[in-house]
Amino acid sequence: MLLKLENVTYQYNIGTPGEVTALENICLDIDRGEYIGLIGHTGSGKSTLIQHLNGLIRPTSGRVLFEGEDIWGEGYSRQQLRFHVGLVFQYPEHQLFETDVITDVCFGPKNMGLSAEEAKERAAAALRAAGAEEDIYEKSPFELSGGQKRRVAIAGVLAMEPDVLILDEPTAGLDPRGRKEILTLIDDLHASRGMTIILVSHSMEDVADHAGRLIVMNKGKTAFDAVPKEVFAHYKELEAMQLSAPQVTYVMHALKERGLPVDINASTVAEAKESILKCYER
Amino acid sequence: MIKTENVHYDYIRYENDESSEPKITHAVTGVDLDVKKGQFIAILGANGSGKSTLAKHFNALLVPTEGTVYVGGMDTKDEERLWDIRQSAGMVFQNPDNQIIASVVEEDVGFGPENLGVPTDEIWKRVDEALTITGLTAWREFSPNRLSGGQKQRVAIAGIMAMRPECIVLDEPTAMLDPVGRTEVLEAVSDLNKNYGVTVILITHHMEETVGADRIFLMEKGKIVLSGTPREVFSHVEELAAAGLDVPQVTRLAYELKREGLDIPGTVLTADELVSCLYNDWSRQKGGAQPSDEVQHAPET
Repeated sequence: MLLKLENVTYQYNIGTPGEVTALENICLDIDRGEYIGLIGHTGSGKSTLIQHLNGLIRPTSGRVLFEGEDIWGEGYSRQQLRFHVGLVFQYPEHQLFETDVITDVCFGPKNMGLSAEEAKERAAAALRAAGAEEDIYEKSPFELSGGQKRRVAIAGVLAMEPDVLILDEPTAGLDPRGRKEILTLIDDLHASRGMTIILVSHSMEDVADHAGRLIVMNKGKTAFDAVPKEVFAHYKELEAMQLSAPQVTYVMHALKERGLPVDINASTVAEAKESILKCYER
Repeated sequence: MIKTENVHYDYIRYENDESSEPKITHAVTGVDLDVKKGQFIAILGANGSGKSTLAKHFNALLVPTEGTVYVGGMDTKDEERLWDIRQSAGMVFQNPDNQIIASVVEEDVGFGPENLGVPTDEIWKRVDEALTITGLTAWREFSPNRLSGGQKQRVAIAGIMAMRPECIVLDEPTAMLDPVGRTEVLEAVSDLNKNYGVTVILITHHMEETVGADRIFLMEKGKIVLSGTPREVFSHVEELAAAGLDVPQVTRLAYELKREGLDIPGTVLTADELVSCLYNDWSRQKGGAQPSDEVQHAPET
């Protein structure tokens, strides 16, 4: 087991009238090489959850284990942990701060104690992996387009070569092409490098298309934890949690109600197409 | 209401000092469009297509390098009419946190009319009204930092409404919101248009948000490359993809099924339409005994 959460509860403002239980008794097992979609409406606890995974937040009770070790145990190096569990925040480009792109991406590897030369090699490799063209390496981050900045910011985390990559809404604010590019990049990191991916998203269509497992957060608890198809079968309950299923799920359910023998579990355009065409075969 | 004639806009940037060759970016290159009073217009385009630059012309934040923009008949180059122009076309931006200035919701909403020199009694009347329209009355005495993203954007919209504009321009107002916030904002905007006759210009790259628009303009590289009703525009699945955009998921599914030979007339915009089409087609195939659904399609114009 790569990452394990045991009965994690997180509360803040304890003992005041404003006491909030942001996470309640969360148990999760995350295996190496999984691609997990994490969904939930604003305030459901998903951001709090991911900050537990690399030790940015300490649980009020319960344990977080990385490769079997309690990350809050005595003598555990959480700095080292953060090199293994990389977290890309929302709008990560707001955190670019260096005078040029390559120096910015070198920041992580340098902190790991690598030499300037090694750091630069890592940075260049990360920028290549993130699909940033070489002619921007010497530019100021402020000269780049929104999509380019986002790639550079992701490269900053990739340069530490983490085992787990957590991305908090990495496609927010991008146009459809930009979204597709980032999602393809993540697919690639997952497929070719075996990176464990945790993708926080508001887009049901995106998680349906890409993730192998879906965790739905609601009011600080895990409401569902299953493969996307199974989760979307509960589309009425998802709506009660201010979420929804992909558009095609609604189409498939409506067709089924009218007597068409379609597969109501189809949650992507390709699956829906196949299932509908099957009705016409004979 | 808003009319543009051959609008060009160049961003000019000097690298170091004014003596060196300036870097010129042609952001908008010859746009003609005409928005009628009371219309709901959507402008679609990828990042960098020039849509935000164009939008800033609609309330004279930018004036064209070449060509003319008329807002309510006023030329935006006419500096004497600047405040009249800004009052008739209000603008809402992407980031809710960048456009709220007061520490209490109702004061933020009153900021606009106060600047216009509206008498105090009238300001409060307008604030009440704007808060009612946007459904924020219960939050009027709240601090804006306690509101959700969707609520903050509605505060921004209420602030514009209190200036009684004829037209509201929204530049990716939902880009930073979650699905709930997105729905809240779109419902507020659609309500302004339908029930209060406000002309709406919505800039977005979320295709689903534009299916209710009267007209869509698609921008690419500073030009309008496609325009029409949502049904017309979304029938160009391949062109939209080439422009870095997409179509709503049901529209794509319908398009792909049609390519496989299913009988789907026209362009499908909603899940209900697709279900009706498929059900009718399937019933016919099975012998046509079942009563068929009426499929309503807007006439192609």
